[in-house]
Amino acid sequence: MDIQTLTFIIVGLTFALYIAIAIWSRAGSTSDFYVASGGVHPVMNGMATAADWMSAASFISMAGIIAFAGYDGSVYLMGWTGGYVLLALCLAPYLRKFGKFTVPDFIGDRYYSQTARTIAVICAILISFTYIAGQMRGVGVVFSRFLEVDIATGVFIGAVIVFFYTVLGGMKGITYTQVAQYCVLAFAYIVPAVFISIYMTGHVLPQTGFGATIAEGVAGEGTYLLDRLDGLSAELGLAAYTSGIKSKIDVFAITCALMVGTAGLPHVIVRFFTVPKVRDARRSAGWALVFISVVYLTAPSIAGFAKVNLINTVNGPDLQGVEYDAAPDWVKNWEKTGLITWEDKNEDGKMFYSGDARNEMTVDRDIMVLANPEIANLPAWVVALVAAGGVAAALSTSAGLLLVISTSVSHDLLKRTLTPNITDKQELMWARVAAAVAIALSTWFGINPPGFVAQVVAFAFGLAAASFFPAIILGIFYKRMNSTGAIAGMIVGIVFTLAYIIYFKFVNPAANNADNWLFGISPEGIGTIGMLLNFIVSYVVHKMTGDAPQDTQDLVESIRYPRGAGGATH
Amino acid sequence: MAFKSEELAKAYWRDNISLVLKLLAVWFIVSYGFGIILVDWLNQFTFFGFKLGFWFAQQGSIITFVILIFVYVKRMAALDNKYEVHEE
Repeated sequence: MDIQTLTFIIVGLTFALYIAIAIWSRAGSTSDFYVASGGVHPVMNGMATAADWMSAASFISMAGIIAFAGYDGSVYLMGWTGGYVLLALCLAPYLRKFGKFTVPDFIGDRYYSQTARTIAVICAILISFTYIAGQMRGVGVVFSRFLEVDIATGVFIGAVIVFFYTVLGGMKGITYTQVAQYCVLAFAYIVPAVFISIYMTGHVLPQTGFGATIAEGVAGEGTYLLDRLDGLSAELGLAAYTSGIKSKIDVFAITCALMVGTAGLPHVIVRFFTVPKVRDARRSAGWALVFISVVYLTAPSIAGFAKVNLINTVNGPDLQGVEYDAAPDWVKNWEKTGLITWEDKNEDGKMFYSGDARNEMTVDRDIMVLANPEIANLPAWVVALVAAGGVAAALSTSAGLLLVISTSVSHDLLKRTLTPNITDKQELMWARVAAAVAIALSTWFGINPPGFVAQVVAFAFGLAAASFFPAIILGIFYKRMNSTGAIAGMIVGIVFTLAYIIYFKFVNPAANNADNWLFGISPEGIGTIGMLLNFIVSYVVHKMTGDAPQDTQDLVESIRYPRGAGGATH
Repeated sequence: MAFKSEELAKAYWRDNISLVLKLLAVWFIVSYGFGIILVDWLNQFTFFGFKLGFWFAQQGSIITFVILIFVYVKRMAALDNKYEVHEE
């Protein structure tokens, strides 16, 4: 059976599984959406959170970026896991005790202000939208490859599927569906890594294989894989794999923006509001990170193996280039999507990949994880499985984000603020309109991406870092912080960060280099500066306008210890 | 007020903050310290075939993060019990 048929079968089977679980677990639990997840063990909740959290950026894009960026790719590995430490230690238990369902609800109540709530809603929409714009590209990459269409058509087909998945939805929040999605996603990520690790190094664990010596019969046998990568990089005019080229301050800033952003992402924070106890909120964060780490510790190995394999197949073991006519199928299959191109500059009929003028290949970073099993000649079912994993990752996160956008618009913005008199039916209609608009806009961004999936998603984290994180931290740890300070801080933080990203990505992309960046920090890392500005502005404005009222200060006192935590309320 | 006295409430919060700061110090040193600031210096050492700084940036920091959260869960549970503010 060919790869395409197998992909249809495996993707179809996983979809059937999600729907079956949704129907089965719904039977007893429609009465109360939130209690359903409340009765779930923290281990299960952690697994579901991991599925919710790991998107196309983690699954499809991250290892590809690491493969090309080497050490510099560590920003994503550390950034997207380290945030859970902040979340578990500084946010989750207190927000759980506070007992609200959404971040704007917390901001609005803690800062006793409708304006604060509205600004928080707008921030939530901006963050979720940026995030989903990145996802659409990832969905498009998967569909374009397996339907063998160009990337624009792939994005379009993916968008239609995501839209129906969400609008027909109700799947989100059903924890067991997400548990299944996690299993599919993790299995699909690890199986090819194990195969490739055994082939390349003889190690069953990709995590140790990554640091081992290359096995017999593979080009470069006997040398350490990482030394081989550094050697190949030097020979081909690329930056050394284990050292990277980004400046230290930029690596620092991006890592910080991603970590802090993780702790400020509305759809992740929400997961910790609905566990039964404060203690479970802490444990859930720990288990979520355990399950995320399973994938994140595999990612750098996949990146390393993929890079060596790519160079071996394109340039040949002797590094003289491989005849295009003898190119393996995966090169030709991916050429159909337009994501790999070959231009025979020296007209020798051979492909050659390098970091200098000899280069004849353009390889989109976002295809590496999907192409990896094909590059390593793994069985067709493994290739199909990876596609199913990619779809699971992209769908589960996109659906969650679309729900945040549509409920923010219809419930928080329209019903609670602008037009309180609309009926439930109108509210639902506006929710669908908001989802449709968000999908349409993000389809455009998917076809004309401002960066690779993981980079676009990084902007969303920067925005979250610059807006929510300081407001929540100050709200918990600085009980005298008042509404004026928090509002001013959020506005300055998000406007500054958004303006910086828009300037370098859309207004003046030609200037997007280290010479023009503020303190040498790229748009991906600027959220760190936005966060610092937010903290400073909040503090200064608070000092000028006086302390929060006493009842608010008492409220903050009461969220600082676990006893007496009731169920969450709207 | 769940605490028997104002002093106990303050002591609980102080112990809590001090635990969080200690754990965050480890969090910072391993990721930003070993993985970013000191990475070049640490790369002169090898660890199971990895350059040490590179290993911290791509694997070691993640493993440390997981351990930190579980240490926190355990120590906070003990603290809640000590001050009798644990959930019934």
